[in-house]
Amino acid sequence: MTQLQSIAEFQSWQQALAAAWDETRPCLRVCDGTGCRALGSQKVLAALRDEIRQAQLDTPIEVVGTGCPGFCECGPLITIYPQRISYQKVRLQDVPEIVAQTLSKGKILDRLLYTDPLSGEHIKLEPELPFYQRQKRLVLDFNGRIDPTKIEDYIALGGYTALAKVLGSMTPEQVIAEVKAAGLRGRGGAGFPTGAKWQLCRDNVLKVGQGYIVCNADEGDPGAFMDRSVVEGNPHSVIEGMLIGAYAMGVHQGFVYIRAEYPLAIENLKIAIRQAEAAGLLGKDILGSGFDFTLGVRLGAGAFVCGEETALMASIEGRIGEPRPRPPYPAEAGLWGKPTNINNVKSWATIPIIINKGADWYASIGTEKSKGTLIFSVVGKINNTGLVEVPMGISLRQLIFDIGGGIPKGKAFKAAQIGGPSGGCLPAEHLDVPMDYESLTALGAIVGSGGLVVADEDTCMVDFARYFMNFTQEESCGKCVPCRIGTKAMLSTLERICAGKGQPGDVEYLLELAQAVKNSSLCGLGQTAPNPVLTTIRYFRDEYDAHIFDKKCPAKVCKGLITYSINAEKCNGCMVCLRNCTSGAISGAKREVHVIDNNLCTRCGVCLNVCKFEAVEVN
Amino acid sequence: MIHLTIDNKPIEVAEGRTLLEACREHGIHIPTLCYHPALEPYGGCRLCVVEVSMGGRKPRLVASCVYPCEEGAVVQTQSETVVRSRRITAELILAGSYHTPEILALGEELGVKEVRFKLDEENACVLCGLCVRACNEIVGVSAISVIQRGIAKKVATPFEVKSSRCIGCGTCVLICPTVAFRFESVAGFQYVSPKESAYHLGYYRLGGELDLRPNFVQDIAGLLSHEPRAAGEPGKQVGDSYDR
Repeated sequence: MTQLQSIAEFQSWQQALAAAWDETRPCLRVCDGTGCRALGSQKVLAALRDEIRQAQLDTPIEVVGTGCPGFCECGPLITIYPQRISYQKVRLQDVPEIVAQTLSKGKILDRLLYTDPLSGEHIKLEPELPFYQRQKRLVLDFNGRIDPTKIEDYIALGGYTALAKVLGSMTPEQVIAEVKAAGLRGRGGAGFPTGAKWQLCRDNVLKVGQGYIVCNADEGDPGAFMDRSVVEGNPHSVIEGMLIGAYAMGVHQGFVYIRAEYPLAIENLKIAIRQAEAAGLLGKDILGSGFDFTLGVRLGAGAFVCGEETALMASIEGRIGEPRPRPPYPAEAGLWGKPTNINNVKSWATIPIIINKGADWYASIGTEKSKGTLIFSVVGKINNTGLVEVPMGISLRQLIFDIGGGIPKGKAFKAAQIGGPSGGCLPAEHLDVPMDYESLTALGAIVGSGGLVVADEDTCMVDFARYFMNFTQEESCGKCVPCRIGTKAMLSTLERICAGKGQPGDVEYLLELAQAVKNSSLCGLGQTAPNPVLTTIRYFRDEYDAHIFDKKCPAKVCKGLITYSINAEKCNGCMVCLRNCTSGAISGAKREVHVIDNNLCTRCGVCLNVCKFEAVEVN
Repeated sequence: MIHLTIDNKPIEVAEGRTLLEACREHGIHIPTLCYHPALEPYGGCRLCVVEVSMGGRKPRLVASCVYPCEEGAVVQTQSETVVRSRRITAELILAGSYHTPEILALGEELGVKEVRFKLDEENACVLCGLCVRACNEIVGVSAISVIQRGIAKKVATPFEVKSSRCIGCGTCVLICPTVAFRFESVAGFQYVSPKESAYHLGYYRLGGELDLRPNFVQDIAGLLSHEPRAAGEPGKQVGDSYDR
């Protein structure tokens, strides 16, 4: 690749690539994201290439590994272009048939199609899948279409044209004005207006003459993987966003802080940086504009707290990943004491879209105060686990039932934890809440980075709160007292309640601790850690009371509060549970009713799962 | 000069002061554990919280040791929220150090009636970080640091082996507010015990060679008790004047 010397040179290259980009050509796009890889997509991909080569088809068919399109529940995913036939849960043994039937003869294999859980009908084409239909995909648009390891693919679809536009025709002030007018708010969770943050940083950079920008890709919420998917599937969008931001703020050095647990994202990002450097889109005198920008990658060493901006900066500087009090804010004194702007992956990836399509267009999406789209990773007790991108203001109900396909096995929806361990849970009565910053905050949850964990009727909300508390307690850095010891005290109390040893006054003690930890902790981790406890008490107080006063777990989850028994009328003495019991707690002979000894039983639930006659009961 | 209101009294302070410095200058008592005038503020113990509101906004709790005095700020150091927050923070510190006299006295001062939660393992160290910061900022040696995180956090030398960087000056021991510091677990030379060590005799050891210098401990002790430093003035680097 030759280095591009001018904007005109870039534009002619871009036009040539765009003209050559043809989605009507036969092509197989296989998801090569981490989720599908875990389900074996790499083997499927290799087998498809082999099989196609051997089949010697009339028209050559390209096989492309793409980023994650989001429908992780049904992976590995294959989309057959030009028709965009969507095959799901493709296994290695399906490959010969796909080539022999679909690619050679055009015959569609029904068993690999998505089956609508409500109507039972097969859905053939990707655009017709209800999962995608109700989404508004801006940031995720290229995921599933381009090969993330090829800069040409990104440029063909309009990549780096926003950068060319900015360098060629906009002043830094105009760029910031555009971002302000778009109403973009930080997608990392706090929702601070991005344009205003850039302005603060620019003002300070002008004073000091130096500064840095950082992309926060230290995504650590349990069940959240949208940042990973964006970096994996479309790394150039992040690089382009950062280039535009650097230009706007007058900064020449940037870092992507990404957790080491994301090897594929790191690999694709590094490839992308090398390609951008080779093309003259990163480095000195970018596109002949005189603007310099270099981008480095820094790996997080596995501490959740390093997603907090001051801890993140300490980690980049090589110090212990501990937060420090603000002020001074990073825009005043950040990395190495210089003005620094930190944005989330999704915020950066949104910037080229705003520049290309205009602030007015972007601001027309969403609600009055929350503009644009949000990416949620929808996980837990939900049919369509995956990544979805929706306009702000969509209701929780639409997100869970229309896109998410509802709750598996016809169970009832109980709650959704929004915003990861820092967020709060919302019960069924708030299913119609619009998903935007203000509405969620008013109910005790937060948009957060976009994690959404769904709980069904079989979920114990005390246990649910305990799970998240356990996470934050383990991830507390330990610098300040309320977070270090307060979260431990809250966790111990929750564990006691779950074990059936709750006492009157425990809920009040939890509330007191929660307030103290929330109000007096040093950083955002501690200040938000009590949210799951506060919201579960607010909406599910009856479950806490049932644990403490009645010594009952209504959802039959907490091991200290349940016993297993065998219904004598249903048991036919098949001995399956007896053989599977790990603690020898079940006695009985063939064709005789079995009995569980509750003193030996460890409540592991194996008997419940293996019994074919529903004879095992939980009390 | 900056003008602000503390406990309903108008107060004037020099620019660059923290709220804690302003309060102490005006004789307002604020409890602290991790603060030392000779060191950079840390904001870890959260005992020094006060309520601040700016421009009529809702008051919020901030750590006064790190929070700068801002023009027009309205500060409450004894509001109900502040008192409650300090009390529960002291109770949480007592949860891990329930037999430490200094912490018991602190609990009493802040009105802790009962310690409702106790950690399994008691430790007099409250992780105020004074020893670590003193070793770094005053002595300039950085022989110790905090290691691990959360409830497992502790002060230690690298890899928890005796340090050859330690010069045996004893600043860490002198500055520890709860007499928790185990000198023998840090110092890299075997024959020094806390009782007979150089720091008690007024000597310290430099690097690998025996280089005893009288009055070092007196120097350090003097430094540690010196007046609050002026704003913007860095902590004194004693170690810098010696050849390491």
